[in-house]
Amino acid sequence: MTDAAIIDIQNLRTQFGRAVVHDNLNLQVRQGEILSIVGGSGSGKTVLLRQMLGLEVPKRGTIKILGEDIHSRQAKHIQYLRKRSGMLFQHGALYSALSVFDNVAQPMRELRTLPEALIHDMVYLKLQMADIGFEHARKMPSDLSGGMIKRIALARALALDPELLFLDEPTAGLDPDRSDSFVKLILSLHKQLSLTVVMVTHDLDSLFALSTRIAVLADKKVLTVGTPQEVVKVEHPFIERFFLGGRGNRAMEVLEQPDQGPVPDHPQQHKEN
Amino acid sequence: MPRFRPPTITLSDQHHAAAVLGGAWLVCTMTEEDVMPRLSAGLQQTAAHADLHWDLSQITALDTIGAQMLWRAWDKRRPRHLVLRPEHEGLFARLEQVSALPIPRAPKPRLTRVMLLGRVMLSFFEHLYDFVGLLGQLALDLLRFARHPLRGPWKEISSNIYRTGFQALGITALVGALIGVVLSYLSSNQLRNFGGDVYLVNILGMGIIRELGPMLAAILVAGRSGSAITAQLGVMRVTEELDAMTVMGIPQGYRLIMPKVVALAIAMPLLVIWTDAMALLGGMLAAQAQLDMSPAFFLNKLPEAVALSNYWLGLGKGVVFGILIALVACQFGLRIQPNTESLGQGTTSSVVISITVVILADAVFAVIFSNIGY
Repeated sequence: MTDAAIIDIQNLRTQFGRAVVHDNLNLQVRQGEILSIVGGSGSGKTVLLRQMLGLEVPKRGTIKILGEDIHSRQAKHIQYLRKRSGMLFQHGALYSALSVFDNVAQPMRELRTLPEALIHDMVYLKLQMADIGFEHARKMPSDLSGGMIKRIALARALALDPELLFLDEPTAGLDPDRSDSFVKLILSLHKQLSLTVVMVTHDLDSLFALSTRIAVLADKKVLTVGTPQEVVKVEHPFIERFFLGGRGNRAMEVLEQPDQGPVPDHPQQHKEN
Repeated sequence: MPRFRPPTITLSDQHHAAAVLGGAWLVCTMTEEDVMPRLSAGLQQTAAHADLHWDLSQITALDTIGAQMLWRAWDKRRPRHLVLRPEHEGLFARLEQVSALPIPRAPKPRLTRVMLLGRVMLSFFEHLYDFVGLLGQLALDLLRFARHPLRGPWKEISSNIYRTGFQALGITALVGALIGVVLSYLSSNQLRNFGGDVYLVNILGMGIIRELGPMLAAILVAGRSGSAITAQLGVMRVTEELDAMTVMGIPQGYRLIMPKVVALAIAMPLLVIWTDAMALLGGMLAAQAQLDMSPAFFLNKLPEAVALSNYWLGLGKGVVFGILIALVACQFGLRIQPNTESLGQGTTSSVVISITVVILADAVFAVIFSNIGY
């Protein structure tokens, strides 16, 4: 079961006007892994993520999630899939008109069958999972810092215990300490809830700390997919620039000393644009 | 696609009272039709047994919602006899940990009616205070503009005139012409009773040029451009563009507010003339259909019936209404908080208040100029 492809992308082509972003892109996400998608700015990482979520329609090609083509008109289980997957948007995308509590409760209330008392307990459970003090539950999103918003957005994404979690730049804009605890949080949740995680990131530290496999997007396709150790050995100018620069070398120390745990020694905040 | 068996509860009485749970206790299986009520009832019934042995080893999949359901049925503590799969151990450990944490109760802010009234009054005065500030800033900006007219925000002014003036031509023409037709039909029927058909020109001329033209144009512009200005400023607040302007040293009043006020002060009187013309045209055509009054006669009679000062009054109203609409819209736009609800509220109140203010100003005009133009 662990090797089965939960997401299967075949011959994907994405085009905006005359600019081709992806051409003949193939990618498989296996059950239970943490797959990171990396690539230069404008290489279409976020677009690919949005296509997996069904927010954007590719020009050609298919994206199958749990064996079903989500962009086909005959797709019957889109609603089911939406409930089984969670997404953490880059800036949180919390509903600004709702309090923290209501934001996390929203997906559960939307099912219309769960009793309110159960939802109440669940919200506090999810807040605790995302490491948020209960005193923040009644605050509005505009009163919170960026890092808090991200963790609450994660709590909301986890509200329905998804099998599949999408993360868009989960550590961008967090301070190093928060970044580390976010990485730890995702690792522990991944272990506990047997999640499959698809993540887009620029942050090399969290990339190496989290990923089971890395997919490198370049030249409009997936250049290579493999474990971090495999990927850095591939000879390609982009990979060399991306991973083997000063930052990359520092971040990669975590790969060479596996017993030091998942958290890198040189936490640094990277936000590349 | 559902790949899981629904959750089940079976009671057995072999050696001791035992509840055997099976199936997938997942949110997707539990929220399917009818499962939830059956499950809650089953759990409640089962939990009522004292000293029950719980066997959870048959459960194929369990998520936090499923675990929470059980936890609630157990009254938020571990039952004495519990058989668990090792992989589910962590879930209940976490639940135990969370239920130990105190949940702070938010103090409900209780306001008495008097306090609510006070708050409304205070917010009214706050608005007034801000509005005076806005006016003062506008005066300073206008002074600065007058001193260095060449370095003024001409592009902003012209684009605002285009958007609030030119693009409103269609709607004002349509509404103006239709109101002219309606007014003409209504009054011609009444006038015919007295045999005073010729006075139709007086009624239409005075009514439209002095009152209806400026009013119609103002209400349409308040709905169209007032809301747009408020929403634009509000979104700029949400996206921190206003802050970016401040940081770069670009004065908001000079580059955002003054151009809008100036543009509306120029565009509104022009729109008033346009609306007047269209309404009179509509009225004239309806008069021909209803009273056989020829357009030539209508046009000849018009200057006699309406004194020129009425035109100037209408234009003056246009300028004042334009300035008021722009100021109210900017005032509400700048007060919007960075969230979606505030944006909606601000836009609504901006339109409502600007229309109200325009009507108030119109009443003031009527009182002040009561002996002019008759």
